[in-house]
Amino acid sequence: MIAELGHFSLILALAMAIVQSTFPMIGASNGNQTFMSLARPTARLQFFFVAISFAILVYSFLTNDFSVSYVANNSNTLLPWYYRFSAVWGAHEGSLLLWVLILNIWTIAVTFFSQRLPEYFLSRVISTMGMISIGFLLFMLFTSNPFDRIFPIPENGADLNPLLQDLGLIIHPPILYMGYVGFSVAFSFAVATLLGGNLDTTWARWSRPWTLFAWIFLTLGIALGSWWAYYELGWGGWWFWDPVENASFMPWLIGTALIHSLAATDKREIFKNWTILLSICAFALSLLGTFLVRSGVLTSVHAFATDPTRGVFILALLAVFIGGSLILYAYRAPLMKTEGTFKLLSRETFLLLNSILFLVAMLTVLLGTIYPLIIEALNLGKISVGAPYFNAVFIPIMSPLVIFLGFGVLTRWKQDYFSQQLKRLRYLLASAIFIGIAIGLMFFENNQLKTCMGIVAALWIVLTTFYSLYLRIKNKKNKLMSLMIIPYSYYGMLLAHVGFSICIVGITITSNHSVDIHERMAVGDTIEFSNYQFNLKNLRQVSGPNYEATEAVVDVKKDGSFITTLRSQKRIYTVRDMPMTEAGIDAGFTRDIYMSLGEPLDNESWSVRLYHKPFVRWIWLGAIFMAFGGLLATADRRYRLERQKRKTILINNETIS
Amino acid sequence: MIRYLLPLTLFLGLTVLFIYGLQNDPRYIPSPLINEPAPEFDLPTLHQPKSSIKLNDLKGSVSLINVWASWCAACRIEHPILNDAVEKYSLNLYGLNYKDNRSDALVWLNALGNPYVESAFDEKGVIGINYGVYGVPETFVLDKKGIIRYKHVGPIDKKKFNDTIMPLVKKLEKEE
Repeated sequence: MIAELGHFSLILALAMAIVQSTFPMIGASNGNQTFMSLARPTARLQFFFVAISFAILVYSFLTNDFSVSYVANNSNTLLPWYYRFSAVWGAHEGSLLLWVLILNIWTIAVTFFSQRLPEYFLSRVISTMGMISIGFLLFMLFTSNPFDRIFPIPENGADLNPLLQDLGLIIHPPILYMGYVGFSVAFSFAVATLLGGNLDTTWARWSRPWTLFAWIFLTLGIALGSWWAYYELGWGGWWFWDPVENASFMPWLIGTALIHSLAATDKREIFKNWTILLSICAFALSLLGTFLVRSGVLTSVHAFATDPTRGVFILALLAVFIGGSLILYAYRAPLMKTEGTFKLLSRETFLLLNSILFLVAMLTVLLGTIYPLIIEALNLGKISVGAPYFNAVFIPIMSPLVIFLGFGVLTRWKQDYFSQQLKRLRYLLASAIFIGIAIGLMFFENNQLKTCMGIVAALWIVLTTFYSLYLRIKNKKNKLMSLMIIPYSYYGMLLAHVGFSICIVGITITSNHSVDIHERMAVGDTIEFSNYQFNLKNLRQVSGPNYEATEAVVDVKKDGSFITTLRSQKRIYTVRDMPMTEAGIDAGFTRDIYMSLGEPLDNESWSVRLYHKPFVRWIWLGAIFMAFGGLLATADRRYRLERQKRKTILINNETIS
Repeated sequence: MIRYLLPLTLFLGLTVLFIYGLQNDPRYIPSPLINEPAPEFDLPTLHQPKSSIKLNDLKGSVSLINVWASWCAACRIEHPILNDAVEKYSLNLYGLNYKDNRSDALVWLNALGNPYVESAFDEKGVIGINYGVYGVPETFVLDKKGIIRYKHVGPIDKKKFNDTIMPLVKKLEKEE
């Protein structure tokens, strides 16, 4: 009975979404206040119904209600409660429900933090978000109902995929989806702008904090996914260029271009069309990601349950939303005139180059991801594009981006002068190159060219960014005071750029200097590897709630002094009879030691794989910096001021009444 | 106006490609060998290096050839399904141990169970090439005359086995 309530609640949510997406839209075009005033309450009601559905699915999992087919397929009584909770989004149907829930969270957030938006504009935004919700609710109700019953009721469930039984996977999907789906807000703002045909750029100011929040979540989500792959898949890789990873990376690339382009539109009233297009594109790529993951047109190690009818449905959604908004764009964009002008050497130029390079990077990833499809369509056979393609094309695209970044932060808006630029930058450039090469040659013995390039790039970013800070305060009398009045958004930029350079260092050093060996080990054996001594102390049997495991306990020493004890397990999850490796990792600021247990070779010895991965943590540390930078930017005074103004108006109104 | 239509055009191109993509199974790999006689082989068996197994040994009844290796992670996922299958039905399941090390392969079978009537030991992968092995695991279904009637690339899951392979085996068993 409970599960039927969940199903019913979804239908009610659909009804609300239909009202939410029609009346306010009509009201906005003919000025009907009553119709427009429906936007907020219907959106909140829709959220309420979706939340009930979601809560019921959670409840079904926690109470082991195996009469619900989705629960039976993805849970088991032996599964610990927190994994039963995260199993809600462990497969297709439930993660779709999470998708819709998060879309609704963003929508009600818009209803609450939108007092400064004109009524007609808000109505269009909410209405557009309602349409997206209709699409996904229909998709769920027709092809992927998580509340379907199963008869006869199985005694126990088939268990959650062991790969997903991990703490990282409890938070990774919700955060990633917050990012993905968050771009629906920027998309809806863009659509509302196109519909309204307003020629000014205030929408860019409204859209900025929302886009930033989505981008922050996406950044963290991708980083979490990479970290999870690193420790859970057991072979020490942190990025695989898998179609599913690419699906989250493409919106990130465009989202990054978008937050920069929005800044330019907001401040200088330029690139209006371009920013609108990027807003549409970011969400299009989120939908495309959903399509690629769910439809089964591409194979992936993340193999989601795939089904062609689902693919057709998502493709239809994609065609309606993106096709529709691009038609609207083609129709309305020519009306938007750019007012700001700028010279060739100006910050605007560099921001445009930034956009273009991110777009090219995205197209490269897109091409690599769908290349197998193209080749097959042209009847050239079967092919799979792997990491070598992406690694080969990505560095040449990122290199000019890094160079322009350094110039961009130091160049003035509108117009700058080449001779001044050169004077400012020659010492910075020289010191980045000199110090970078010195570090590369001193500390690393092989792959020196690539290492030096990476370190020079990172230094170039850091030096130019901090130099721009110095320029801001150099002529001020009270330096500390002037540091304090610099807007948060500027510090946000600073932090995010430093984060980017931390990432570059991490990626460069990990990719070029990781080493690993594959050895046979029996209890008592010692292996010397990468200046560490690994001693296999013990091999023992361990039982978990739903698995049996062999655990290897290895003591690690360096020059005789004890460093750490690594534990790696080979688990067999009993319900699905699926083996999994739990890696033993000693994490460090400048290096990780990573051990994964291979196969038993005979009764006493096992094959063991050991990795030494320098600076791998920096990859995720950089992402955290970027996300924190984004957060600082959203806390900018301009947004707070507007909030305060609003409060004063409210108070004034109250005094009047 | 034209340049504002460009994004739409690109998107439509992508859509057409995806519509096409939806009609194809990415795991389906065309094999010129379907409905052709299976390539001959004469290989030592995995358990006894001195005795050998030939294609002729398989003829006369419907048989399955599963290409596997101890280094192959996906085989590990597939293995319990094969074990179940031979337990439930009387299947003539033969293994082609592909580019493997004999002792590794034997340890592997000891640890995980041996569903095979016999495994042919294809150390250099020569027979694998003749069979057009694309990736391990792969499974071939041969009819009584030794003609390849079906080929599956990648690990077989329960659904694939129950819905496609087993019905085919039953159908082929009725043929003369």
